[in-house]
Amino acid sequence: MMISDNLSTYLIISLFLFSLGIYGMVRHRSFIGMLISSEFILNGASLNFVAFNRFLAPNPAVGQIFALFIMALAAAESAIIVSIVLMVYSRFHSIDPDKVRDLKH
Amino acid sequence: MNFYRLLVEAVFVIFIIMICYGGFIAVRARYLMNAVMGLALSLLGVAGLYFHLGSPFLALMQTLIYVGAVCVIIAFGIMVGPKPKHDEEKRVMGRRNAILASMASVCGFTLLIVAVIDTAWVPARSGKGDFSVAFLGENLLNQFCLAFELISVLLLTAILGALIIANIGREESGR
Repeated sequence: MMISDNLSTYLIISLFLFSLGIYGMVRHRSFIGMLISSEFILNGASLNFVAFNRFLAPNPAVGQIFALFIMALAAAESAIIVSIVLMVYSRFHSIDPDKVRDLKH
Repeated sequence: MNFYRLLVEAVFVIFIIMICYGGFIAVRARYLMNAVMGLALSLLGVAGLYFHLGSPFLALMQTLIYVGAVCVIIAFGIMVGPKPKHDEEKRVMGRRNAILASMASVCGFTLLIVAVIDTAWVPARSGKGDFSVAFLGENLLNQFCLAFELISVLLLTAILGALIIANIGREESGR
């Protein structure tokens, strides 16, 4: 059996990406590190969609379109988060999520 | 199994190694810039998996958008933004929460892996269509037209909002 032609391989890889993202999300101590981890989570999800699309789905375009939408959303999200991080740094002089506690400063 | 199939499997394994190695760099790196480089390596590996899954267009878009745009934005955010003063602040990871974090991710990973292996996946009745870019574009402009237009409006709004927020931040730091 070929490992590149098997649904479970792709699902396990996307699970690996997902749990790596969760680990990083808990352990990183800056907002940018958490952004990097969230990219891992998004990638795990979209790899999952494309794998199901390749092996199980009736219409082979749906999963690819979903993955394209996830990419567009991730690009918009990271642009906004980086600008928010710049603003938070200029207010709080820190991007540690534990130190940035107050909504109003 | 002929030679070319074997070559395909070898390339697949190389992509998996890229994903795992890049992921571990991104999660365990000491500095944020190394984490971004690990993210880029891992995303390139995912692009290779998209290629194996039969959609080279998606692989191209993954390389273009994620590796080309998102990683560069994050690297800019690191360079423009905070400058850590002490060596302790430069460290990416806190010592705390290590056990809890690994427990959370490992437990979720094992549970979901058991679910994946335990399920008998049944393929749906295959309809018409193929993996070509032409079919993808046809679907994108017919069935998913509304979502496509909404995504473009959302991108425009997000970029304008990011510019405005960054401008506010710059004015405040200039004061």
